[in-house]
Amino acid sequence: MSEHIVKSFDQELLLLDKKIAQMGGLAERLLAQAFDSLERRDPKLGESVVASDRAIDQLERELQEQTILMIARRQPVANDLRHIMTVLKIAGDLERTGDLAKNIAKRALAVSGENHPKSLMTGLKHMTELALRQLKDVLDAYAERDADKALGVWRHDEQIDAMYNSLFRELLTYMMEDPRNIGLCTHLLFGAKNIERIGDHTTNIAENVYYLVHGTTLADDRPKSDDTSSTLIRRE
Amino acid sequence: MDMAVQKSFTQDVTEAAAAKAVKIAARDVNVHYGDKHALKHVTVDVPDKGVMAFIGPSGCGKSTFLRCINRMNDTIPGCRVSGKIEIDKADIYDPSLDVVQLRARVGMVFQKPNPFPKSVFENVAYGPRIHGLANSKAELEQVVVTSLRRAGLFEEVKDRLADPGTGLSGGQQQRLCIARAIAVDPEVILMDEPCSALDPIATAKIEELMSELTERYTIVIVTHSMQQAARVSQRTAFFHLGNLVEEGPTEVIFNNPKEQRTQDYITGRFG
Repeated sequence: MSEHIVKSFDQELLLLDKKIAQMGGLAERLLAQAFDSLERRDPKLGESVVASDRAIDQLERELQEQTILMIARRQPVANDLRHIMTVLKIAGDLERTGDLAKNIAKRALAVSGENHPKSLMTGLKHMTELALRQLKDVLDAYAERDADKALGVWRHDEQIDAMYNSLFRELLTYMMEDPRNIGLCTHLLFGAKNIERIGDHTTNIAENVYYLVHGTTLADDRPKSDDTSSTLIRRE
Repeated sequence: MDMAVQKSFTQDVTEAAAAKAVKIAARDVNVHYGDKHALKHVTVDVPDKGVMAFIGPSGCGKSTFLRCINRMNDTIPGCRVSGKIEIDKADIYDPSLDVVQLRARVGMVFQKPNPFPKSVFENVAYGPRIHGLANSKAELEQVVVTSLRRAGLFEEVKDRLADPGTGLSGGQQQRLCIARAIAVDPEVILMDEPCSALDPIATAKIEELMSELTERYTIVIVTHSMQQAARVSQRTAFFHLGNLVEEGPTEVIFNNPKEQRTQDYITGRFG
């Protein structure tokens, strides 16, 4: 892309991307640490996650201010306008991602005294890993303006949904086996739900990257397989 | 599951515009000023009763092309026009055509308001009178009042009709020129940067007026203000170095143009 005649416009656009990269890096770190704090039952790490979510919130506020100011000042059109609007939307999705990670960390504090069944933690670990990879890929797709990569992320979310479904069933089974598991399992269930939601925010970002590159939107019939809202396990 | 790319809003707009009747059809239009090839092989359709904007950097040929539409270029020595321009399927370069009649059908508003050094009334009455469009004094008055009303000026000047037109403010003078243009009941109004000498309020009034005028007239506007083109027009054509680079629904040109040169120009990247 050639440069603007007004150089300061290019500087401002670069700054937006830099902040998105910062936010993305923070969101990745928060999610990884939130899961670690849950797995290792480490309340200290959990507390630090809760604290560093504020940095993401702050970045989102800054991006909001800057994008609004740029629209007022520059009256951007075409790819410039798409760029600025995409930054605003991605910042929103990353901010939500940070919140969801923070929520997992809070649950880590709540269940830190409990004994975690290993198989449940393994399932949650896989979900986290996949969500992290998706998040990394979508941030790369944004930085490289790679619509195909974004499309790949968009299609891949189905896997997170599938993992969530099986974990959901597993957790219900545990709860039915022994009511003393209910406290822990409910927290883990919300943790899994949070990761599934992070996956959805990641696909939102992927859609925005696609729009940024092509100027057309993806249809809203993404392959979805989260069927937990209609799932019930009956005691035989 | 198949991934479907949503049919975009802009596509709907394109289809709607395609359905509209063509008012002006230009085919392979070339203009030379002496040796200089100022306009190169321009082919474009201007739809009926709407606003079409021509944008592009200075010297790109947009004003040259605009002046072809009412044969104003005929008055420039050394200027040659080739190709074909039709209005309602009739060739306007037909040698048997009366150019004075053509310019009554295709009115023009210029960058700087240029009222005649006469009264407000006479400025508007002049055209209908020389074209014999009014049979009586009462009828002429009616035409003047109607034209001033359509130009959104009547309420402001109704007590000053005998005052000189040059005594009005810049924005009022420009609307007076528009009233003068529509007094002869044209079909097309050409506007060559009509707001570049006006303040934002006067500009907004002209833009509002343009949207009202599209009920009756086809408007072609040349503008250096991209925001203005985006606001007032339904179709936009981008010219560069005498070529028509891209033409399409305004939404497409400003959201997602096909040509790199268009994108570079509208986003301020032209070196």
